Amino acid sequence: MSKLSQKHLLGIKDITPQDIQLIFETADTFKDVLNRPIKKVPSLRDITIANIFFENSTRTRLSFELAEKRLSADVVNFSASTSSVKKGETLLDTVNNILAMKVDMVVMRHASPGAPHYLARHIKANIVNAGDGTHEHPTQALLDAYSIREKLGDIAGKKVAIIGDILHSRVALSNIFALQKLGAKVMVCGPPTLLPKFIAQTGVLVETDVRKALEWCDVANVLRIQLERQQIKYFPSLREYALYYGITKKILDDLKKPIVLMHPGPINRGVELSSDAADSQHAIILDQVENGVAIRMAVLYLLAGSAN
Amino acid sequence: MQKKLILDSDLLDITLSRLCQQIIENHQSFEESVILGLQPRGIFLAEIIHKKLEKLIRKEIPLGYLDATFHRDDFRRREIPVKASEVRIPFIIEGKKVILVDDVLFTGRTVRAALDAMIAFGRPAKVELLVLIDRKHNRDLPIAPDYVGRTVNTLSTQKVLVELEAQGHEQNKIWLINNKD
Repeated sequence: MSKLSQKHLLGIKDITPQDIQLIFETADTFKDVLNRPIKKVPSLRDITIANIFFENSTRTRLSFELAEKRLSADVVNFSASTSSVKKGETLLDTVNNILAMKVDMVVMRHASPGAPHYLARHIKANIVNAGDGTHEHPTQALLDAYSIREKLGDIAGKKVAIIGDILHSRVALSNIFALQKLGAKVMVCGPPTLLPKFIAQTGVLVETDVRKALEWCDVANVLRIQLERQQIKYFPSLREYALYYGITKKILDDLKKPIVLMHPGPINRGVELSSDAADSQHAIILDQVENGVAIRMAVLYLLAGSAN
Repeated sequence: MQKKLILDSDLLDITLSRLCQQIIENHQSFEESVILGLQPRGIFLAEIIHKKLEKLIRKEIPLGYLDATFHRDDFRRREIPVKASEVRIPFIIEGKKVILVDDVLFTGRTVRAALDAMIAFGRPAKVELLVLIDRKHNRDLPIAPDYVGRTVNTLSTQKVLVELEAQGHEQNKIWLINNKD
C-alpha cells in the first residue's frame, strides 16, 4: 500500500525519491501488462482525462493517450491550434470550461513555464505536466531514469552527461532533478552560449568539450537543438554545431568503454546525433519510447488512485 | 484484541493433505491442470499445495502467480491505492483446468477481480477455487469455493490472520482476531 506525496505531477522538483521509486515499481507491473496478449486493464474505467496541448507534440501526446487508453480511461484531446484560444480565451477559462464537462484529470503542455502550477492553484482536478516551456517535463525525466535503471540495474553512483541545448531544454532540468534525487552524478555539456548561466548552482558539473564529457560518463543523454525556441543566433551554423558537438559512431567506438546513448526525440539526424550513432547498439532510444507508456500509466494510476 | 487459534501447524498439515487428495480425485491425470496462486498472500499456500501435489502424483504441474490489483472494483474508493505485485504465468492458460488458490475467502471481490485478470491471458477450460479459510456469511458476490480447508463463521468486524513459515513466521498458525475491544 503506498501513495504519492503529491496530488499533481507538476515537476520532479516537488516529488520525493520515494515517490520516484514507487512510480518505477508501479511501472514495472505496467510494463508486464504491456507485454501481454491483452494490453489493457480496467483500473481507470470511471475516469475522464483531458489532454490539453498548447504546444505541438507527437510522441508525448501519443504516449499519454496510449497510457490512458490502456488503463481504460475516457480520453478527450484538445490542441490549441484548433480551439477558442485563438479567439482570445484565457488559460483558466479554457480549462474551467473543459472541467465543467466533468473531467477528472488534466494532462497539459504549455509554452509558459509555471502554467500547470498556476492551474493547480485554481482547479480541483489532478494535473500532469507534459512540459511547460523551458521549465520541466517530469514524465520524460522519469522514463529516462527508468530506462537507465533498466539498462544498468541501478542509478545511484552512475555518471550521466546531458549534452546539447541545455538552455532551452525542459528535459534537461527535470533530468537533473530526477537523477540527483536518485543519487547519480550529473554533468551538462554544450556550447557556452547554450548553457544557462547559473546551472552549476544545481550541483551539476559543467563541461564544454563533448569528448571529455563522453569519456567521463556511463550514460549520455543527447538533447535536440531547439531552433524553434531560439530567437537569436547561439552558434554560427548547424553544420558547425554538428562538427563540434555532433556525436558519431566513430567517437563512441573510440571511447573503449560501453556507453548508453539516449535521446528524448525528435532526433535531428546529422546534427546532434549522426545516423550511425542513433542506430548503433549503444542507443536505447526506442526503449525510452516503450518505457514512456509504462511510466505514464504508473503516474496516472497513482494520481487517480487516491480517493478524492 | 482477542486472538483465537483456528488451525495449528499439525492440523494445517492434515488439512492441506486432505485438500491435495480432493484435487487428485477431481483431476486424476493432471494433463491440462495448472495451479495459480493469488497475489500477494495466496502464492505461499499455492507453493505448499504445489509441492505436496507433485510429490503425491510424481508429475510436474505448472505453477503461476496471478495479481488482480488492476481489476479490483474498489479503486478510487480507498484512501491509498493497492500496490500491484508480480504476475508470473509461464504457461498458456487457454484450454487449461485452473486451480485458483487463495488463503482466505471473504467478500469474494478479490476472486471476482482475479477471474477478470485471468481471462486477459486466455480462456481456461475450467476454473476451480481453493481456499484455506472460507469466511461464511460474509459474501458480497455469488462466489463459492470448490476446495475448502476450514469453514469459519465470522463477523465482518473480525479478521483472519494467516501466519505461514514460508512468509517468515516461526510456525504455521491461523488466527481469528476480534477487533472489538
